[in-house]
Amino acid sequence: MSSMAKQAQQRVGLLQGTLDMLILRTLLYGPAHGHQIGKHIQRTTNEFLQMQHGSLYPALHRLERRGWVVSQWETAPDRNREFKYYRLTDKGRKQLLVEESQWKQMAEAVARVLWPAAEEN
Amino acid sequence: MKWWQIKKTDADLERELRSDLELEEQEQREGGISEEETRYAALRAFGNPTLIREQTRAIWSWNWLGSFARDLRFSLRTLRRTPGFTVIAILVMALGIGANVALFTVVRGVLLKPLPFHDPDRLVMLYEAGLHEDDTAGSNEVSGGMYAEWKKQNRSYSSLALAQGIRVGLSGSGGQLPEKLNSALFSWDLLRTLGVQPALGRDFTQADDNPAASGTVLLSWGLWKRRFGSDPAILNQTIDLDAEPYTVIGVMPAGFDFPDSSTQLWTPVYHDKPKDTMTSFSDHMFSVVGRLKPGVGTPQGVGDLSVISQRIHNAHLNDPFVFRSAKSRPLLEHIVGEIKKPLYVLLEATGCLLLIACLNVANLLVARAAARRKELAIRSALGGGWLRLIGERLIECLLLSASGGVLGLLFAFAALQWLTQTRHDMSRVQSIHIDGVVAAFTVGVIVLCALFSGLIAAFSISDKRILGALHEASRSVRGSSARATLRRVLLTVEVGLTVILLIGAGLLLKSYERLRSADMGCITQDVITMHLGLPDARYATPAQRANFYDTLLDRVRALPGVDAAGFATVAPGQGPGPDWTFSIAEHPPLPQGSGLVALSRWADAKYFGAMGIPILRGRTFDGGKRLDAANEVIISQILRRPVLSRRRSPGPAPPRTRAKCRHCGDCGRYPLRNRRNTEAGAILPAGCRGGERRHACDSLQPRPGAVRASGTAHRLRDGPRSARLRCADHEPVAQQIDRGPELQHRAARRVRHGVAGSCRGGPVRRDVLHRSAADDRNRHPRRAGRKARTGDAKDVAGWNAARCLRSCRRTRGKPGSQPVDARLAL
Repeated sequence: MSSMAKQAQQRVGLLQGTLDMLILRTLLYGPAHGHQIGKHIQRTTNEFLQMQHGSLYPALHRLERRGWVVSQWETAPDRNREFKYYRLTDKGRKQLLVEESQWKQMAEAVARVLWPAAEEN
Repeated sequence: MKWWQIKKTDADLERELRSDLELEEQEQREGGISEEETRYAALRAFGNPTLIREQTRAIWSWNWLGSFARDLRFSLRTLRRTPGFTVIAILVMALGIGANVALFTVVRGVLLKPLPFHDPDRLVMLYEAGLHEDDTAGSNEVSGGMYAEWKKQNRSYSSLALAQGIRVGLSGSGGQLPEKLNSALFSWDLLRTLGVQPALGRDFTQADDNPAASGTVLLSWGLWKRRFGSDPAILNQTIDLDAEPYTVIGVMPAGFDFPDSSTQLWTPVYHDKPKDTMTSFSDHMFSVVGRLKPGVGTPQGVGDLSVISQRIHNAHLNDPFVFRSAKSRPLLEHIVGEIKKPLYVLLEATGCLLLIACLNVANLLVARAAARRKELAIRSALGGGWLRLIGERLIECLLLSASGGVLGLLFAFAALQWLTQTRHDMSRVQSIHIDGVVAAFTVGVIVLCALFSGLIAAFSISDKRILGALHEASRSVRGSSARATLRRVLLTVEVGLTVILLIGAGLLLKSYERLRSADMGCITQDVITMHLGLPDARYATPAQRANFYDTLLDRVRALPGVDAAGFATVAPGQGPGPDWTFSIAEHPPLPQGSGLVALSRWADAKYFGAMGIPILRGRTFDGGKRLDAANEVIISQILRRPVLSRRRSPGPAPPRTRAKCRHCGDCGRYPLRNRRNTEAGAILPAGCRGGERRHACDSLQPRPGAVRASGTAHRLRDGPRSARLRCADHEPVAQQIDRGPELQHRAARRVRHGVAGSCRGGPVRRDVLHRSAADDRNRHPRRAGRKARTGDAKDVAGWNAARCLRSCRRTRGKPGSQPVDARLAL
């Protein structure tokens, strides 16, 4: 129970919408299935972001419902079995640009508040 | 995503998770973990697939439907596993919801629905008021003369119309039996005032509503259907009412029942009533309906009429029964006035009942939750969210209360069927039915009950110590102390509410029992009473009628098992009956503007013996003094005390109080004496044995009687009928037979509803609950002001008789040419 509670707290701690952006960015490299996406985010951040499957799959389905990604069952090239691959749509690409710029503005704004001196220099 | 794709998408999701999990396992295996460890390691890394699946499904738009269906299935299964609990909970809910729905339907039909008239908010009922200078509470029915003046002079009402409920005899024709019907006199513009049109034919016109016009009649839908087979050809045909020809000019729509629910036909009032009744300012007998002009408020309208009344009062200062002012109240209030309070009290009581039902079910659910603790803990451990579990509890409650609600609706339907079929006398009973609003109310109550009982139960299981619960549950099912406290609180509230209800019900029963066991002042065991109507055509003169009643009484007395028999115009327990004015010749004249009035009824000499009413002083009537020779009266104890003795005290005492109306005895505790207004006692003008001129004079009055039998009264029920009571083929004779206990029962009902109130000057009351055919004569009990002029040398009884006789001659053309209602007490 306690580990579940901690996980829940971490999930809550993640900024709303951040996960969607990370997934979209990951898919920019090409189609991937859920497991790959999770692993990729985890590896890229040097295991800093622990990917919770409980948030990953709902997020994937949410993105698919919004039309930012489409899914298809395909055979993996390295393993002889089918996985559900998600692919970025044009709409998703546009959304990624929007979210990236928003994130950048947000990060800059936060940075300006946190390190005002650095900004002046 | 559409709901029909859910199954496919669900399978897809499961496949996706499975393949990803298998990949995870594969990777773990490749990482060098032993074979048996890989699955657990993969699961640890991946998370709980079931939970992930649930969380993902929550994204889908139609997911709630699926989870609702699943919860529903699950709840059905769990409820089926505990049939005892389920049946009890459903029955408890059904009782609570059923009672509430039934009563809400009644309240809605009777009190909340607007009257079925045009713009009913502007309709008011008008009364006369201000009999005395300082009298602000009293009101009375309106006199014909005052109505005419109001109508002529007022500027606040777009129309004023007049109505009076009466009874008429419809002659038999075409193989149909004759019958007595409740009827009403309308002024020609009453339907226009209400804004109602006949369904067939035409409304009265002003030309119909005068003494010179030929008789016209409107039929009720029910009478038209029942008696005339819904034949539209009845229009313009002639039917005989009280042996007078009336042309049917129209049929009213179904559901129209003004002034009360038992009215079956309508005739024009100015045609039927003699001119001096319609111009008198002291014969108070009519209901007046007014429609306020737009922009005119009720107080303004009443003020307008009061000015007119005051003017007329000032012009008739020597007549003590001309009122000074007017009063009004909304028509709906007039119609439902008496029943409003009891209905709301009952609604509160059923509300209490529903609360108890909910608490009961909640209590059962809490107990059940305690028993199911282990199961719930296991489900939480498997990833069942708290909200999800509460939702499931609520669905279970919804299922219980919905089943209860459906069953309750059936209960309510049956109860309402019973009510509408047995209580025709209740006002607006025909507007009671289950409709969309009631259905919505039912759904609302169901949801409320489910939420109420479900949430109480749900919060009782909200503790998160799953492991503890599992351990505890493996040893015993004893609940935590918090839960025990909750149950104790529930139980306390429940018992408290139950006690409130019980006390209320107990008090009600106790009052009822007291009313039923109240001393009526007469014998009620083995007493049968019945109504008689005497055909006019064959008994044209008072002497003929007297002979008929004599013969009838002799025959009834000769019946085996009959101890005694007598006649009276109003049987004990029937309500106050009409009141009449009188004067006492030996007393000094009353000051100008004051007069004496007393409830009056007529009886034959042996009536007192038959009913066991003791004569305290003096004797009963002299059987030999009949018809014109009758000059005796018997007064009640309560009339003697305040009126006779009070008058004696001021000034030099007259040598002997001896009214011209011979004071020949004090009748004992007469039932239903007037408790509030002792000025009006009960006077019993007599001298008419069953079947004297008084019967003829009772064109405006009922004619009851009483017969007592030894042995069982049941056997006698049809006795009087078989004693050749039916003396004419085309007129009804016996209308209704009551046995003694019913007499008392009716009296009890009447007292309970306050109809035995003051006979004049008191608040206007209507016996809305008990307008059976037998009782309907009491609808207008305060017919004050049939006035014997002060100082008139005629005795009261004789005067009354003569006047009545005159009035009925005037009314009907032929002397006493209408069937007379009578009550024969066996």
